[in-house]
Amino acid sequence: MLDLSVDEWMAVRLSLRVAVWATAASLPFAVVVALALARGRFWGRSLLNGFVHLPLIMPPVVTGYLLLLLLGRRGLVGAWLADVLGIVFAFRWTGAALAAAVMGFPLMVRAIRLSIEAVDRRLEQAAGTLGAAPAWVFLTVTLPLIVPGIVAGMILGFAKAMGEFGATITFVSNIPGETQTLPSAIYALTQVPGGDAAALRLTAISIAISMAALLASEWLARGAGRRLGVA
Amino acid sequence: MTIEVDVTHRLGAFVLDARFACAGGLTALFGRSGSGKTSLVDLVAGLIRPERGRVVVDGRVLVDTARGIFVPAHRRRVGYVFQEGRLFPHLTVRQNLLYGRWFTPSGERRGALGPVVDLLGIGPLLQRRPDRLSGGEKQRVAIGRALLASPRLLLMDEPLAALDAERKAEILPYIERLRDAAGVPIVYVSHAVAEVVRLATSVVLLSDGRVVASGGTAEIMGRPELFGLTGRADAGAVLDAVVEAHDPVFGLATLRTPAGPLVVPGAGLPPGGPVRVRIRARDVMLATRRPEAISALNVLDGSGDAVGEADGPTVDVRIGCRGATLVARVTRRSVAALALAPGVPVFAVVKSVAFDRPGAAD
Repeated sequence: MLDLSVDEWMAVRLSLRVAVWATAASLPFAVVVALALARGRFWGRSLLNGFVHLPLIMPPVVTGYLLLLLLGRRGLVGAWLADVLGIVFAFRWTGAALAAAVMGFPLMVRAIRLSIEAVDRRLEQAAGTLGAAPAWVFLTVTLPLIVPGIVAGMILGFAKAMGEFGATITFVSNIPGETQTLPSAIYALTQVPGGDAAALRLTAISIAISMAALLASEWLARGAGRRLGVA
Repeated sequence: MTIEVDVTHRLGAFVLDARFACAGGLTALFGRSGSGKTSLVDLVAGLIRPERGRVVVDGRVLVDTARGIFVPAHRRRVGYVFQEGRLFPHLTVRQNLLYGRWFTPSGERRGALGPVVDLLGIGPLLQRRPDRLSGGEKQRVAIGRALLASPRLLLMDEPLAALDAERKAEILPYIERLRDAAGVPIVYVSHAVAEVVRLATSVVLLSDGRVVASGGTAEIMGRPELFGLTGRADAGAVLDAVVEAHDPVFGLATLRTPAGPLVVPGAGLPPGGPVRVRIRARDVMLATRRPEAISALNVLDGSGDAVGEADGPTVDVRIGCRGATLVARVTRRSVAALALAPGVPVFAVVKSVAFDRPGAAD
């Protein structure tokens, strides 16, 4: 059954690459935005909150189309990026990663923000009285305490990236070997006669990867919980 | 070593407007719940920024609103033992203890892990996580953690309040050792008379955000006009004493006090050691002739000093006994019957069993 063709293998590898990059690259931003939303007292906080959540509530196709308008080869930002920095997103795997990252971002931020809000700030005060400057307090107290939330956010982001379809296909199309991730490959296979067997194979692989990610997150969260003395 | 605090700060409808100074030893910030004690130590620690005022520790200006000085908490080198411990749940006891050391410049590190662990008796706990500790153990670790950051001043905010009587009794000796051995001045917040009487070198009495009185522990806790604030039911004279002799047959000890010798229960008291005794006003009986054939072992001679304001049927009478002042709570009828007045010679009778075990706080 797992006798995959070259194209199918390519879709699996590409999907993993896109999801890993989307998760890893958006994580630092997600932590910063979650911190700002959980702790920040600034004008426009609700606006930022709404903006971050947009990809979650808009139709994915709309998100993809906006990305195309902004970052396409002739887009507002895309043209500048291509001309000045030589960075191109449109119709590349990097574009697929970007679309996946944008779609998964609100999920990551939500999970991390919840864990930051659950941190007992009195522990941070205690660290301050022991001589730790705010940056050290964050690194040695806050960050270790929100690891379970970060893990949960990463898994959600990863799963979203693995399954992202609408924004990806709108933004970077469905090019085998470049932008054809697992969902686009499955979709393409269901559109041609005799593609059912291949579609089923890829479906099985999708399920396997999702389950593996879920189990990994449970295992990581248990480890973190043990360290925190809550498990 | 001196600490000067003079601050005004508004917290909602509550106004903290306090000024006090203290030297080394253990200074108790004493007052009822809601009198502003915790806010005051938070101000000294740098957890609250006062609207107006000055905080100076050992000549170092930590806060001076007039000059725009506010040293953030992490640069103050002021240790803080919180009521609820606040140990880091993700670190072992050992890592908790060494946390502050990390941020202390190596030239200013005082007290190594070993001696502090011995002082607090926490050696067997080092590898544990905070969730595997009892309440008393947590507080001892919290004290050790604050000490190992080599603070110039140690703040303790009701560190025993969340503990039962047994755990309190377990920790008190460690705090005494800390006061006598560690050489770090301590500001100790409490609303428990027994703790203050046992531990404090000096007392700052707070009420409604203001300092009502400050001075030596025996002086402040024994002043009848402050009984309303120091706790009327258990109020009385506080005497600094030295253990002079033991009577092992009857399990008694004789104390040398400024008011004369006192016989108290206490076979275990260290001979020659200093202790502090509290003689509750309600435990003192007065006589104008020396009573004979009574069971009470302590009869101190003195003379009437002042008769206080009546509180219903009772009145607090101050008795001058040599160099000390005792307080007796008697009925107004007795005052009239014995014609008690300033200058009248009286005998103060105190049952030995009326004493708390000296050195023990309930």
